Amino acid sequence: MSKNLAATNIEQYLKEHENKELLRLITCGSVDDGKSTLIGRLLYDSKTILEDQLIAVKRESKKYGTSNEEIDFALLVDGLQSEREQGITIDVAYRFFSTDRRKYIIADTPGHEQYTRNMVTGASTANLAVILIDARKGVLTQTKRHTYIASLLGIKHIVVAINKMDIVGYSKDVYENIKKDYLQIYEKLTKSLKKSKDSIHTIDFIPISALKGDNVVQKSTNMQWYEGKALLEYLDTIEISKDINQKDFRFPVQYVNRPNLDFRGFAGTIASGSVKVKDEITVLPSGKKSRIKEIILPSIGSSSELVSIQEAFAPMAITLTLEDEIDISRGDIIAHSKDCLTTSDSIVAMIVWMDEKPLELGVEYEIKRATTSLNAIFEEIIFKKDINSWEEIKTDSLELNEIGKCRLSLTKEIACDPYNKIKGTGSFIVIDKITNHTVAAGLIIDATNSDKKKRVYTEAEIELNRYIRKHFPEWRCISIEEKT
Amino acid sequence: MIDKKRLSHLKQLEAESIYILREVAAQFENPVMMYSIGKDSSVMLHLAMKAFFPGKPPFPLLHVDTLWKFKEMIEFRDKRVKELGVELIVHTNPEGIKMNINPFVHGSKLHTDIMKTQALKQALNRGKFDAVIGGARRDEEKSRAKERIFSFRDKFHRWDPKNQRPELWNIYNTKINKGESVRVFPLSNWTELDIWQYIYLENIPIVPLYFAKERSIVEIEGAKIMVDDERMPIHLRKKAKIEKVRFRTLGCYPLTGAISSNAQTLPEIIQEMLLSRNSEREGRIIDKDQEGSMEKKKIEGYF
Repeated sequence: MSKNLAATNIEQYLKEHENKELLRLITCGSVDDGKSTLIGRLLYDSKTILEDQLIAVKRESKKYGTSNEEIDFALLVDGLQSEREQGITIDVAYRFFSTDRRKYIIADTPGHEQYTRNMVTGASTANLAVILIDARKGVLTQTKRHTYIASLLGIKHIVVAINKMDIVGYSKDVYENIKKDYLQIYEKLTKSLKKSKDSIHTIDFIPISALKGDNVVQKSTNMQWYEGKALLEYLDTIEISKDINQKDFRFPVQYVNRPNLDFRGFAGTIASGSVKVKDEITVLPSGKKSRIKEIILPSIGSSSELVSIQEAFAPMAITLTLEDEIDISRGDIIAHSKDCLTTSDSIVAMIVWMDEKPLELGVEYEIKRATTSLNAIFEEIIFKKDINSWEEIKTDSLELNEIGKCRLSLTKEIACDPYNKIKGTGSFIVIDKITNHTVAAGLIIDATNSDKKKRVYTEAEIELNRYIRKHFPEWRCISIEEKT
Repeated sequence: MIDKKRLSHLKQLEAESIYILREVAAQFENPVMMYSIGKDSSVMLHLAMKAFFPGKPPFPLLHVDTLWKFKEMIEFRDKRVKELGVELIVHTNPEGIKMNINPFVHGSKLHTDIMKTQALKQALNRGKFDAVIGGARRDEEKSRAKERIFSFRDKFHRWDPKNQRPELWNIYNTKINKGESVRVFPLSNWTELDIWQYIYLENIPIVPLYFAKERSIVEIEGAKIMVDDERMPIHLRKKAKIEKVRFRTLGCYPLTGAISSNAQTLPEIIQEMLLSRNSEREGRIIDKDQEGSMEKKKIEGYF
């Protein structure tokens, strides 16, 4: 394989490996599903784990080992001392390995109910989710939870790895039954989310034994009835280039670069779509128009000292200059004039609450969406989603690890997209203004203009509001009167 | 057409790191970039030059000089800084100078504590930096795998692994109170192989110590230590032999073991790395003190 090429012709090897793809995945499963064992196996069999690390793990296996095998793969994966002593992983950890085709980043998150927060975090950057099911136990409540979160976070590919097939005698029936059960719950989920089925692009099933190595890296000889690929080959070949929205150009301005009086560039990372020199653009929320003058992407040090390019696409980090001098600052969004996005001061979003202190209605929080920071108030919790039963429940508070659909009013208008359309402009975090903690993640569903959905206030309410604003300005009360 | 609009893994990592560096520049009052002169620092500096082109990085570099770095490292540092026209702050612990700390005499633990950990704290306190950019990667060590890209530190520069802020998408919470700070790791998602491939692809200058050459070597407790100057005790220097070696990581010369190697070019280094069965931290003496030792050091404020 690659090692041979590296040994015989390193230049050729380097050439081939310059153009690998990057695939980010999340593994979902609980302590007992063998998740750490699976990851350890992937790292070990892809030769990512080196001799000295292995010796250290063998030494530790004796001390903490929970496996009878010689090497406890879970110990390769579980980092922090206190966690090791408890024998569980408690946070998101990132692992890396690569094959000839792809570089992989695994977000390893625990499957306990109280750690929804961690799974959402890991899922936020993933292209693909591996959902582990213990072949002995079948589809469990946690499987529904994992599927729901993967779908909520817009993960396009799900692989259901049915693990511990060795314990169930590599039985085809067990595999088929679990597959059937899973597809049933998936059907229910898409119905409950009122989502079109293609919001997740692919769902596939692989029977594996992480402990014995069946269908992880090598195809298993114990399950001749299974005609699909082993997990690693599957990961290597699944089509991911269509996952990014390459249609709608969105450029959140991150940093205004003014090294001298003659240069004024807008640095940022393209959230979606692509842009060419001379394209007509609109800056939002101001609505000012101009054209792209230059797209700067320096190649310093390499043979061709190229500074600017003709076309750029997501997720490139570039600097734009414009033909006209218009006022633009961090937080603005540059889009093509022909397909602009809407601006709004009221949004409806799915909120994942991540803090010990519950969500409070009517309190001002800070929101960070792409490069825009602004203040917002939760006006209403439309419902809370039971992530196990997928029921919608009426509530007026969200607690740690709860997910709900909320309406927020913003202190200024922003240009935004639904999360399902463009992740980069449809996602935000919520920050507590006193503790500075990240207390929630938000996924925009709808950014329709506030007016239609706004509550109609009574005369008395408007008068009270006016009175407070006049006499108690230090309360910083927001006006509820219509702007005319 | 779609295939054309695809970024390779290295270009994606590059874009991600540039985004992180710009985020620091846009959101903090007084950031600084740690510059250790090693290969990761070289990559980070290269990325910073790209991120703010045609301007210069809007933050200074900080080198904590233990006075025991390889001579070639210091030469390289001064040359690069001049070439690129960036600002460099060099800090050495004045108490360490007074005490004449010597790793041959005082051992690695005390030397590291006074000349690195304490010195770093002094430099950060003195500079009142609110964001400190470091070149650590998650693949280096198990405890790093769980660290955030923007990692919060309290007033005493302490890291609390149990109380980290959730980090979603590429939206980084940069809010801190006065006196607190954030350590930022733009290379979090790079592996050692990515770093080498990128250095090769982008033609990034690195310290010549990474390339194999005949050097004067003494075996000390199983590590190949290079005789870099007269401060190595004479009884050790007497045992020196000429060996063809190179370094996989760089640090204080008495604490950094070399490896036997013939790799004299970047492709040869990468080839050797791919075929080797040992990780790069192997040559670092401080890691092996005790199990989970990096985790302990980090809680104490080590970078």
